[in-house]
Amino acid sequence: MATKEVAKNQADGESLFTGTYNFSTVTSKINDIVLRSTPKGWIFGFLVSFMVLQALLMALTWLIYEGIGTWGVNIPVGWGFDIINFVWWIGIGHAGTLISAILLLFHQKWRTSINRFAEAMTLFAVACAGIYPLAHMGRPWFFYWLLPYPTTMQLWPQFRSPLIWDVFAVSTYATVSLLFWYTGLIPDLSSMRDRAKNRWIKMIYGILCLGWRGAATHWHRYETIYLLLAGISTPLVLSVHTIVSFDFAVGNVPGWHATIFPPYFVAGAIFSGFAMVVTLAAPARLAYGLKDFITDKHMDNMAKVMLATGLMVFYGYGVEAFMAYYSGSPDERGLFLKNRAFGPYGVFYLLLILCNGIIPQLLWFRFFRTNIPWLFVISIVINIGMWLERFVILMSLQRIPWQSSTWGQYCPTVWDITAYVGTFGLFFTLLFLFMRFVPMISAFEMKHMMPESHTHAPGASHAGGSH
Amino acid sequence: MHAPQAPGLFGLLAEFDNPQALVNAADAARRKGYKVMDGYSPFPVEGLREALGKPRTLLPVIVFCGGLTGCLTAFLLQTLTSGGHPREWDAFIPNWFNYRLNIGGRPFFSWQAFVPPIFELTVLFSAFTSLFGMILLNGLPRPHHPLFEVKEFERASSDRFFLCIEATDPLFDIDETHEFLKGLSPITLSEVPQ
Repeated sequence: MATKEVAKNQADGESLFTGTYNFSTVTSKINDIVLRSTPKGWIFGFLVSFMVLQALLMALTWLIYEGIGTWGVNIPVGWGFDIINFVWWIGIGHAGTLISAILLLFHQKWRTSINRFAEAMTLFAVACAGIYPLAHMGRPWFFYWLLPYPTTMQLWPQFRSPLIWDVFAVSTYATVSLLFWYTGLIPDLSSMRDRAKNRWIKMIYGILCLGWRGAATHWHRYETIYLLLAGISTPLVLSVHTIVSFDFAVGNVPGWHATIFPPYFVAGAIFSGFAMVVTLAAPARLAYGLKDFITDKHMDNMAKVMLATGLMVFYGYGVEAFMAYYSGSPDERGLFLKNRAFGPYGVFYLLLILCNGIIPQLLWFRFFRTNIPWLFVISIVINIGMWLERFVILMSLQRIPWQSSTWGQYCPTVWDITAYVGTFGLFFTLLFLFMRFVPMISAFEMKHMMPESHTHAPGASHAGGSH
Repeated sequence: MHAPQAPGLFGLLAEFDNPQALVNAADAARRKGYKVMDGYSPFPVEGLREALGKPRTLLPVIVFCGGLTGCLTAFLLQTLTSGGHPREWDAFIPNWFNYRLNIGGRPFFSWQAFVPPIFELTVLFSAFTSLFGMILLNGLPRPHHPLFEVKEFERASSDRFFLCIEATDPLFDIDETHEFLKGLSPITLSEVPQ
């Protein structure tokens, strides 16, 4: 019966599993990736990422040694690459939480094979994002001044400021994402302990999994808190990007002071995050032979989420333009037309519309959703588009403050660019380490999803009971 | 309480190859009157807790209390440090905790602006309570356990399903329990040393 079902599902293109698997082969297929000897491709990828990471360390060292003047930010443009990249990276992280928490609450079974990977992506993206506000402080070694603690100066943070909300939101988000990810890992780490042959490896995984032994009472508590964590992560992820948008929207700068910002930012975050998941999952599933678990159906579904959130973002652009016109304010109108759409950075605005508004419309067609090379290209275009969005939001407004005598321009320096490139090094270094040392697909959830795992109450009409 | 019937024995462990067999076995053991037992599986098995007769966990209540603590912590922290309390209270609040900051004439008790940190700390405290509550109630971390002495148990995290009736159960009797578990036709049946 199972094989017939698989065949039928494949015919519908609905399959979340291809091939025939049982509990044992699912476990070995996923866990043995970690236990096998290191593939050459991994070593190459890791070394390249690690080299790029050095660029970040160099840029940060120079920044701390020389000061914030090494960056292109100045007055009037005080927020440059640092804030653009902060928002970009943290937005990318949001897809991981969406996949692991929100789709769990909605009983979307297709989340199962990509949630571990996407959550790891979240953690690493947040790590990259976190660097920027810290580095931008000028004296990063005083970062703890942001936290509420009793100082000898008897000073407390200004809790009415969105920048302090941001501290709370981003640090909570990073912590909760880590806890959620670790919770999901515990059973699979215990499975690694049981499969490892080497005594030391066994011990390390045994410590990491806390001695998990899969008792029914433990599973019951585990499932309870997994659901609770999903429940609290869902509003959390929405709050984080809402608060990020408050950094802009609470100020009185024309073009930033808009109520559309929170939903438009959240949609943009999910849009870019799914694009990044596709960018990473497409090569990873190919390299590790995981097409049976991360199927074309998964890619298709992610493409649909990208299409939907892309339309929301496009609607946001439309509302921004309409509101600039409808406000009747010459500042808003002038700013939008003369500065954003056709100003010195106008080309970026037009590119943004192309990348985020027009090219994603290809995803209406099934061909582009299931043709993986095309989908990969589109996902990269969206990543670029979302970066441009943040660039346009920040640049086109800051450069023209109220007094025309203070107008100016922004140009990133080589250190801005080095730091940005370097965060990719950090991101991919962490990602390669993740793929090497922990199972990148949640094996226990995959097994839980198989039809063979379903049970019915004992003594019910199904006599015999085995299937 | 009965003394353990078999000294040096943790319990008897029966192995099954599918989740339904484990649920059926647990159900039979509960009907028989066994209480100190647990099922082991590579993934959560629906209906197993009920079949074993184990109570629901109190974790949701505990996590709620954790969240409430976070909520109150953030509220009080912000209100008191911003001077949001009545001036008469100043006498009771240490100076270093009391920092009235006039921002454009906004009220000191601007609770609307305090909502985002209140929400974030509620979430943070709930998350910590969830994970650490689960770990502690489960009696973890416990890197070693008598069950790990049984070779077959390695597959409990892969593809096998186990029922262990522990020696401390009042009804436990090495021969009778052995007979009973055998009647459930497990793949293997092992003694778990203490």
